[in-house]
Parts: sequence; structure tokens; C-alpha cells
Amino acid sequence: MFYFSVPLGKLVRRVSRLRGGGSALPGLVVEKIDPGFMRRTLSTLPHGVAVVSGTNGKTTTTKMVVELLESQGLKVFTNRTGSNFTRGVAAALLGEVDWRGRLNADVAVLELDEAHAVHFVNQVPPRYCLLLNVLRDQLDRFGEIDKTAQLLQHIASKTTGTVVLNREDPRVARIAETLNAETPKSGTHAGPDVLYFGLDDSLLSTFPNDDEMRAAPGSPVPPAPAKPHADVVLRRVGAADADFEYDGVTATTAMKLRGVYNIFNAAAALTLARAIAAGDPVPGKTAVVDNEGLLKALAEVAPAFGRGESLVVDGLPLDLILVKNPSGFRLGLKSFPAAGYATMIAINDNYADGRDMSWLWDVEFDTLREAGVDQLSGSRAYDMALRLQYDDVAIGAVNTEIAPALAAFISGARDKPKRVFCTYTAMLAIRRELSKITTVEVVS
Amino acid sequence: MTPQPGSTFSFGHELPPEESPAPSKGTIRVLQLYPRDMNIYGDWGNALVLAQRLRWHGYTPELLEYNVGDAFPADIDLIVGGGGQDSGQLVIQDDLLSRETVLKELAEDGTPMLVICGLYQLFGKFFKTRTGSVIPGIGILDVETHGTDERLIGNVSVSSPEFGTVLGYENHSGQTTLGPGVSPLGSTAKGTGNNSTDGQEGARYRNIVASYLHGSLLPKNPALADFLIRTAVQRKYGSFSPGTPDDSYAVLAREHAARRPR
Repeated sequence: MFYFSVPLGKLVRRVSRLRGGGSALPGLVVEKIDPGFMRRTLSTLPHGVAVVSGTNGKTTTTKMVVELLESQGLKVFTNRTGSNFTRGVAAALLGEVDWRGRLNADVAVLELDEAHAVHFVNQVPPRYCLLLNVLRDQLDRFGEIDKTAQLLQHIASKTTGTVVLNREDPRVARIAETLNAETPKSGTHAGPDVLYFGLDDSLLSTFPNDDEMRAAPGSPVPPAPAKPHADVVLRRVGAADADFEYDGVTATTAMKLRGVYNIFNAAAALTLARAIAAGDPVPGKTAVVDNEGLLKALAEVAPAFGRGESLVVDGLPLDLILVKNPSGFRLGLKSFPAAGYATMIAINDNYADGRDMSWLWDVEFDTLREAGVDQLSGSRAYDMALRLQYDDVAIGAVNTEIAPALAAFISGARDKPKRVFCTYTAMLAIRRELSKITTVEVVS
Repeated sequence: MTPQPGSTFSFGHELPPEESPAPSKGTIRVLQLYPRDMNIYGDWGNALVLAQRLRWHGYTPELLEYNVGDAFPADIDLIVGGGGQDSGQLVIQDDLLSRETVLKELAEDGTPMLVICGLYQLFGKFFKTRTGSVIPGIGILDVETHGTDERLIGNVSVSSPEFGTVLGYENHSGQTTLGPGVSPLGSTAKGTGNNSTDGQEGARYRNIVASYLHGSLLPKNPALADFLIRTAVQRKYGSFSPGTPDDSYAVLAREHAARRPR
């Protein structure tokens, strides 16, 4: 049967693209008629498959890893559409393979939603995985944070080569204990290697995790347990540059990415890219990593769409900041101060956004109090209005319809740079609207 | 890390500064139960709404916290407690049992309380897990809860004889059955509520409101918030003279929330 699955899948892909349909249908077709397609195709890659998962930062980090690996001369397959479900990967593969089902790539770097990553790794055990964080997000889908941590643990357990973990997120760091692994180069062991990426102590307070976010201000911090060595540590974040430490040296690089959380994820991407680049497809041989090339590539990475992406409207910047959970919203507010900017917030509650609005009450909006919020929109615009009312933040206008709300926001603040905090589906709608009046990169 | 009991800061969250220093009609001491471990679904929202509405009604809120190991503060007028993950419930379980007497006295005495999700369950008689182990509750509410494999998740609309339509969001796998000592908060018009069989949601006993609903519950249900506030003020000062909070956003948020799918 599988002689026909690739041509058939590609045909479905063409037809569904002609009809302007969704990106996942051809993947669904191929999954149905040829369940082994994904595994067979991906198993041929000399550097194997790397899975990127976690609550926040998957898309930007995956984009970084891809660009970093390309700087090392590797040809990378990735699921760029943000369709981070298994059948999205199958659909993306169909677009890349030739008519005989061969994929011309050295390595696959795939962003996968935590739950779908579990299905994926059961079919295709990855050589590498990068686990970013576990934060409150979509509890309506996953139930509990501890449950989400178990999903990530499962991904790690299926990984055959190297697991890259966030040293500063206790739920992620703890996964190492379950892997029967030792740090690399220390001898033989059963599980995968474990590498960490980490933060300088001085930056830790910028990243409250969900447990610490309830810690009393000014209360004494308990003595930190001894931390494992991290392969890459983010030491400092400047206005347009950052310091990363690896191999015992600290290197400064310019950064186009903004937002401390994006830059911390750069440490994650560097760790994974270094591991992949060092892993030679010939067993037992180690390739030389071009660290300078990695940093040069990192400096050029632009934000992924909607993730701190800056567009130009009326000659002034309009930043799109994706917010989908309390920690992401908090970090977004912290990283992009309101002073001098006009602000819009768009909250949808479609399935992809999460239906439960409770998370808005875990974010504090006091930083918006001085300037107020010019415009609210989205299906839950009035939930947001209510939230701001209780934090004494002034509200300009509310309109649940995104197109007119965005138009009013832009015409009401022509002389100011603008910022839009938006949930996932609201972000898609806003980009669609903005593409009518400015240059918006098309991602398909 | 242990905060001073009776201190007025809140873990990680702060009340907005007081705007109009008009003469206060009185002070109401609001205690958050276990905010460090039981805070999973925006439970701060309930405490914030009580504090801000007290101000809007002309009273001064004093927001206190009780966490595991703290001394239990005296002279409490109103109690609010939330939901936790299973791990959070394990952390507080023994401490809660050690506070059974004081909480029971306050409850029997008519202190208004709001307990959501996890603390609703633990204010009941017991929680029996799927594997058959029994976690004892403090038995203030005549309810029992049984763990299931089914997670009840989604928007909920409840018709309550006391509070009208109550809107919220549920996310729980424990199913609760009411005994004769309590009455339901209301019946579910959308969503599941206490359990998948009897169409009821929440429990009422004296001045306690217990519910599975978050979202957070109080912001979109000001009638419920004002019941707790009015009861606390009347018990302390004999009568309640309400202010005029602007609930126009709450009204619109309710209208839009009610139209959303399950």
C-alpha cells in the first residue's frame, strides 16, 4: 500500500491547498492509509529527529534551533506552520518528500505540543529532545501541571540520544532522575545523555515559576540546592545583546530577539544545536562544533510570527505578543514596558486558546495602570475588562470583534508605537487583518 | 518562607492602592486559606474581588493568609479558599485536619465562607480515591467525594434560588454527593457540576458557599460576592449599607460567557 501513499498524500495536499483548506488533512489521509509513513521517512535522517516541547517558547526555540543548525551546514526539516500536532508533521513531511517518499534532510527538528509529542515519540523515538518548561497552561486540556510534567517525562524516556532540560524549572530538571542517566562522558549508562541549559542567579528572579509566583515578596529565599552543570548558561541580558557561557568562556552576541524569555530559550536552542552538531552520524566519531557560526546565526534570528514580532504600521512599530498562560502574560508585561506605547489586549477562548478564563486572574496588570489600555477585543474581551477593572486599570474601548477593534486601535493612536497582547487565535486573526495594511510575513 | 499570620500582604499578589481615602464604614478581615498550595485556578481572583468590592461598598478590607504551619489568626470575618493539584491537597491535608475545630466553630457561628473545588471536597466528610484509599475531610459539609477516571471540564451555568444564574468553569475528576445536611447551590443548566448523575452543583450550609466553579467565580457573579460581604458586615456591625459598585463590565462579561460553548 505504501507505494501509493506518498503520491496520494501529495495529491490530497495539492487539492486541499487549492481549496485553501487546513494544513493537516493530507497528514490525516497518509496516517490512515500508511501508518508507518512518518517513522519510515524520518528514520533515514543521518542526524535523527529532535523534538522540542514544553509550555512556552516552542515555536521561537524551534525556529532558533533550525537556523543554528543551518549555520553548521546541516539541511533541516521542520514543521514551520506551527501545526504542532502529529498529523501536522505528517502533512509537512508530505510537502518536503519527493514523489518516492525520500526526505532530503540531515536532521528533523520538530515542535510538538506536549500531548501530541507523546503520540509522536511512541511512533518515532527521537534521538534528541529539548524540554523547555512546565507552566500553567490549558489545564482544561491537560488537567494538572503535574500531569503535563509526566507527558514531558515520557518524551524524555523515549529519547535515544540526548535529553536537554531546563535546569531552572524544577519539574523539568527533575526528569533527569527518572532517566537512569549520567552526565555525558562519565562512562556507560542505560538511558540517554542529559544536558542542561541554565540561567545566571542574577536573572532567576525574572523567571518566577508557578510555585515561586506565590512566594512572599521580600521573604528569605531558601538555600539553593547544588545545581548540575549546564552546557549553556545565559549570564546577562542587555538591551540588544546577551552573554552566554559555554565551554568555560562567556561570549557576547547581539540579539534581534526581544523579551528575556526568548533569550533564555536561546540558551536552550544553543544547547540542543551544539549537541546535534557534535553528534556525528558515524557512531563513535565526534564532529567539531563551530560555536562562532552558532552565535552569528543566533544574532540574526528574528522572532517567530506573533511571538514578539514587530510589524510596521503608519511608520511606527506594532508589536504582537502572544500570551496564553499566566507566566507568559507576566513575562510579556515585564519584558515590554507600557510607557510610551498604546496597548491593546485581545483574548479569545477558542479550543486552541483554552476555554477557561481563570488564568487572567493569576496575572497582575498593575504595570498597565499608569498608561491604561486603549482597546480590548476577542470573544472574552469583557472578561478582560472585568479583570482590568479589579486592578484599577483604565480601559479605552471594548469590542469583541477583532477587525473593527484593531482598526479603532490603530486610528486612535497614529502617533504612538503600539503593542498588542493576544491569545493564539486572536493573534492569527490580527495578523490576517494587519496583512491588509502592512507587510506581514506569510507562514504556510 | 513562612509569612507572619495576620500580616496584610498576599503571596505574590498585591491589592491596588486605595484610591479615595473616604472615611471607612468599618474593617472586614478576609482570610485566604492555603493560598500557597491551593491556588490553581485563579483563586486570587476571588480574594481580590472581595477586597475591592469591600472598598467599593465603603469598607476597609484586611486581607490575611493562612498557610500550612501558620498560627491561625483571630477575629476573622470572611474566609475564602481554593483548589489545588492533587499534590497541593496532600501538602495541606494534615494541617487542615489540625484546624478542624476552629474552622467548625467559625462555620457553625455563621462566618461566611467560599470554598472552591479542592477545599470544597476537603470541607466534606471524605474523599475516596479511585484506588480505594480514603482521605478524611473536616466534615463541616455533609458531602462525600469519590475519585473517578472521568474529568468534568467546561463552562457551567447554574440556576440558583438564592443567587440567580451563576456562571463559571469546572475542571475536576472527583464527584461529590450531597447528604441531607446541606442543600445544593443550584441545578446545572449547562455543564455537569457536583457529579455526572444528579444535575446539581455546589453546596450551601449556614453561610458557606461551596462550589466546583472557578473562572474565577466571584468576578462574574457579583451577587454571590455581595452575599458574602453583606453577611460578614452584618455579623460584625449589625447592618450593611451598600455602596454602588459599577457592575457594567460584569454584566457584559456574563452575557458573553453565557453564549460560549461548553
